[in-house]
Amino acid sequence: MSALGRLLTGNRVWRSIVRHGFPDSNRNRALAVFSNLFLHVHPVKVRLRAIAFSRTFFLGGLAAACFLILTITGVLLMLYYRPSVPEAYDDMKDLEFVVSSGVFLRNLHRWSAHAMVAIVFLHMVRVFFAGAYRPPREFNWVIGVVLFVTTILLSYTGYLLPWDQLAYWGVTVGANMAGATPWIGEDTRFLLLGGTEIGEPALLRFYVLHCVILPAVLVVLVAIHIWRVRKDGGIYLPPLDLSRDGGGKR
Amino acid sequence: MSDPSPTFRPEEGVQAREVPVRLLVVQGEQRPAVDATDEPVVMTFPHLVVRELIAFLALSLLLVVCALLFDAPLESMADPSKAMNPMKAPWYFLGLQELLHYYPPIVAGVILPGAVVVALAIVPYFDINLERPEFWERRRASKLALTVAVFGLISSLLAYAGQHPVWPLLGPLWFVGAAMLLPGVWSRRRGLVGWLARRSLPFWIFAWFLLTAVTLTVIGVFFRGPGWSFTLPWRDGIW
Ligand code: HEM
Repeated sequence: MSALGRLLTGNRVWRSIVRHGFPDSNRNRALAVFSNLFLHVHPVKVRLRAIAFSRTFFLGGLAAACFLILTITGVLLMLYYRPSVPEAYDDMKDLEFVVSSGVFLRNLHRWSAHAMVAIVFLHMVRVFFAGAYRPPREFNWVIGVVLFVTTILLSYTGYLLPWDQLAYWGVTVGANMAGATPWIGEDTRFLLLGGTEIGEPALLRFYVLHCVILPAVLVVLVAIHIWRVRKDGGIYLPPLDLSRDGGGKR
Repeated sequence: MSDPSPTFRPEEGVQAREVPVRLLVVQGEQRPAVDATDEPVVMTFPHLVVRELIAFLALSLLLVVCALLFDAPLESMADPSKAMNPMKAPWYFLGLQELLHYYPPIVAGVILPGAVVVALAIVPYFDINLERPEFWERRRASKLALTVAVFGLISSLLAYAGQHPVWPLLGPLWFVGAAMLLPGVWSRRRGLVGWLARRSLPFWIFAWFLLTAVTLTVIGVFFRGPGWSFTLPWRDGIW
């Protein structure tokens, strides 16, 4: 390790923040993981097979990454957005023409949202075909199914917020589907829209769902989900077939 | 008449100190072993952390490039009196919307998607093996007949209830059916056919859901124009 590294990580201030030395020994590398709130979702050592790219394609982690990007860009967008008619649409125009980097901000939020739906779906497909849905991970799979539905609802509630024709009629299709549910359909629709058709109350409800309720649900569920992956001994790996030559290869 | 109410006796003196009696309970370990392994392991830091970081940066880069190159759509202000044609939901709903084209809303919008979500949630609770090498070994003829009958039944239900020809639904169903039946008529233990023979029932159900969802979504996104009529992606645009 370089002298600069020692200087940076050896002084008192650094040591008051991170309580271990430069991670060039296995001891310090272990400490880097388990004395760190974020990294300690991982064990200190992982099986070599588990970190191969083709094992998970990192899809679960990338879904979480999308959520992080969406949270940051979303909070910034909230600074410029008012959930009322016609301000909501005017604010879209302002993002386009007035706010610096407004277009970029909105684009990044939009494409990350599409990416998240796709990545969560692909993650589900990969988990299934790996056989990782089976016991003892069955309940984590159920949490995953709820996460999938939550992700779609997040994207769908966000879709109305620009209050343009695309948003309005796209959401109309979905709201009509909900309305077709027997017995409770009409009431569900009314509850969702805050009225019988999509108007300002619906916009406000979708806004609150999109910015507060659904993200909160998602955060709690993702925390449980990832914690359980850890408690189940890490990601599922097929049993080693030791009879086969080079049994470590599967 | 009624039982005397239990007397509340505060613990005092020596007793109070004895209260937290701990029983040691040794439970059978229900979780898979976390540590015991003979196979090669690596330090999480840096090996896994660095890989995660690279994946994260690659995704961020891709998204930033997309955000620089492509603008999010923004049409004119919402106008309840001016319906869009075609009226399309976001892409991940277009499979459902395509389904809505064939079946009444209660079936396509509620029952079928609800059934799929429930089926997904409960699939791990069925004790079905991931691999089942012996399925086609015995009583092959009757199993073939039964499987064909099940596929026939599902096909006729789909076709009977449909308001339009339901080829986009039958295609994936029959494709999955053919793959499933192949090892039944051609017994091989090796190669692709052998692999197919070892797939479990959940595999086939999931493959069917997946193929159907992808087919319907692709049709909904690329091949549906005004009035939900068939179109080509380069003729009427995509959305
Ligand atoms: C917001 C959405 C989600 C996030 C952030 C997330 C995150 C993760 C992460 C980080 C892992 C570790 C391994 C990997 O990356 O593959 C994982 C594993 C897992 N996920 Fe998810 N996930 C999400 C949605 C889902 C969905 C929709 C399902 C299934 C319906 C699911 C089922 C599972 C299961 C069963 C595992 C264990 C896999 C194994 O042991 O190999 N997750 N998830």
